[in-house]
Amino acid sequence: MVTRSKVGKILMLSPEKCIGCRTCELICSFNKIKAFNPKSSRVSVISYDEAAISIPIMCMQCEEPSCMKVCPTSAIRKTEDGSVAIDEKKCIGCKLCVSACPLGNITFSATEKKIIKCDLCEGEPKCAEFCPSGAIEFKDAVPSTISRKKVIAEKFKDLFGEVSE
Amino acid sequence: MFGFVGTLIRVNLTEGTIKKEALNLNDARAYIGARGLGTKIMMDEVDPKVDPFSPDNKLIFMTGPLTGTFASSAGRYEVIAKAPLTGTIGASNSGGHFGPELKFAGYDGIIFEGKSKKPVYLWINDDHVELRNAGHLWGKSVFDTTDQLMEETSEDARIACIGPAGEKMVLFATVMNDKHRAAGRSGLGAVMGSKNLKAVAVRGTKSIQVADPDAFLEKCIDARRKLKEHPVTSAGLPTYGTEILVNILNQSGALPTRNWRDGGYFEDADETGGESLTDKFLVRNKGCFGCSIGCGRITRVPEGKFKGFGEGPEYEAGWSYGADCGVKDLAAICKANYICNELGLDPITMGSTIACAMEMSEKGILSEEEVGRKLRFGDADAIVELTKMTGLREGFGDKLAEGSYRMASGYGYPELSMSVKKQEMPAYDGRGVQGMALEYATSNRGGCHVRGYLTSPEILGVPEKLDPLVTTDKASWLKLFQDLTAVVDSAGLCLFTTFGIGLPEISSMLRTALGLDCTDEEILQKGERIWNLERLFNLEAGFTKADDTLPPRLLNEPLASGPAKGKVVELDVMLKEYYQVRGWDSEGVPEEGKLKELSIK
Repeated sequence: MVTRSKVGKILMLSPEKCIGCRTCELICSFNKIKAFNPKSSRVSVISYDEAAISIPIMCMQCEEPSCMKVCPTSAIRKTEDGSVAIDEKKCIGCKLCVSACPLGNITFSATEKKIIKCDLCEGEPKCAEFCPSGAIEFKDAVPSTISRKKVIAEKFKDLFGEVSE
Repeated sequence: MFGFVGTLIRVNLTEGTIKKEALNLNDARAYIGARGLGTKIMMDEVDPKVDPFSPDNKLIFMTGPLTGTFASSAGRYEVIAKAPLTGTIGASNSGGHFGPELKFAGYDGIIFEGKSKKPVYLWINDDHVELRNAGHLWGKSVFDTTDQLMEETSEDARIACIGPAGEKMVLFATVMNDKHRAAGRSGLGAVMGSKNLKAVAVRGTKSIQVADPDAFLEKCIDARRKLKEHPVTSAGLPTYGTEILVNILNQSGALPTRNWRDGGYFEDADETGGESLTDKFLVRNKGCFGCSIGCGRITRVPEGKFKGFGEGPEYEAGWSYGADCGVKDLAAICKANYICNELGLDPITMGSTIACAMEMSEKGILSEEEVGRKLRFGDADAIVELTKMTGLREGFGDKLAEGSYRMASGYGYPELSMSVKKQEMPAYDGRGVQGMALEYATSNRGGCHVRGYLTSPEILGVPEKLDPLVTTDKASWLKLFQDLTAVVDSAGLCLFTTFGIGLPEISSMLRTALGLDCTDEEILQKGERIWNLERLFNLEAGFTKADDTLPPRLLNEPLASGPAKGKVVELDVMLKEYYQVRGWDSEGVPEEGKLKELSIK
């Protein structure tokens, strides 16, 4: 049963906050395989040394998922809570979805011998829960968009606002 | 296998052979891992009297049982060898991502023996381990070496390597990993250079298991929550990095200034501190693997003659190049620190050695001709130029490359070297922080602040506030801190976790990861065992009570100003008490009863 509060929540990524610690990779792998292994993590942090930025990347739960469209056994479906889920009983491991994902966010795990991707941890993503810097958050799409708008608005205010002091 | 992954790699560089062997679980249990286990292997396999640059010295990379797990800030590994700067056991640890990657490849550690005829590097790709030619990398900087190796091995590879300083056996050369992180002190990079070993590249895809996953997770979450709640680990360190300490120590009158000559107060300290660094040059915070603190600083000096990019400086580097050299130009300090990372130099010893040369020049001991410039305190260009020259052993840099003790002794002035056991003391003036002075005198790797960081209680008031100017009880506090730090280092944790968590949390994580049934006290005793084993190594290497001392300046010259005005270090009284609480005789030798109690002999 999907609770109402979970509906509409999305993973919000703020790479400018990411410190590259890969805590998300650790907790994700642990949640899925009860061991620590970044290669089994559904989220990966890509770091660029010279550009001084790290970017957490995982399945964005597309509204029109290519992986779902290409799957020959209809093992991939869009769930009520907004995640793109794999039915392991139907999956035959053909890996067409891996090729189809334009973002590279669905992979075949050699360790687990199956297709793996982010499933939002049944509505409570561990990466967001333990991210120490707030680079990964799980929240309602609408207010967070507004908060980003506010950042821009603040800049306009600084530029053009009356000096109040 | 829980916590550990169960296999060590043994590389004989003379023969070019590689063997894999099972981890000795009894030793691993008794000495925890990383620093402790590496020291145990050194004690069993190497004569403590060995010349650090002899092929008979060994170089050990060792992770801890918590390295690479969800334990808080557990991204560390230790490099262990007999150290060329001090002649003591050398053990330096580093964060970044290299240590965890080694475990993901399936190895707890690597033991390097002998000496290769030609430059080589070790490439570990899960089960595949091979020595490869490194002729084309010799002479290259840490950054270029790292880029080149990722290109020729794997873009996922993690690299630990030496720079030109290690190749040229500068006595305080570092082992660098992930470009900017350093196993920094005592010259272990020079040991690597002496073996003609340029780098270790590793890529791993395997898992680390723990004994009781659910309980372990719960203990890790508890530790992380406490780190999130403690002001030092949730606000101070993430906001300003370790450089936040510049102003704090200055206000305490314990920021050593101009080669410790001008007391503990630097008038321009604020310009060199964490607040200024954040304002001027901070690009972003950076965390080591699995770290929830994120004290690392990515910094950029955007323009001017000190233009550059890299990480740091950390507090001790900011101090050595700043207050200790009387330099207030933060851009120059950043630049000198970047060069240290690029060439593979320990900035604490480097800055301190330049400071010593500055005082010698002002006293007329060093001539302008010899140094190549009229060297004076406050010379921002000098800290950058001399660092470069030292890393490449060019000109006067060849003398600086021996560290301040050997350099100053060469001219007949050993007392101008601010070092203990020939290693330079970092950024806390013991006259104003008495417990830290005792730490310098007794640290098993010479002048060093991270074996028993009494600054924490004496200055920061963590876990409780101690008066930094009194000597009472400092010996007992120091023993506790030294033993606990040995546990922290050996587990694979970052020392900074101890601001927010202590023995109970650390023990809980170790117990649930390893499936141990033991008390907190028994785990602390492992730390004491490690400390005593290190002491035995040093005693067998020829060290005596006479070496547990400080530069005469700290013992005889009272601080001229600030809260600690008039103070010298009261070492005799503290040292006597220290030997007693350690169960050592009056000469500083562990009593038979103590060694039995610790099951060392």
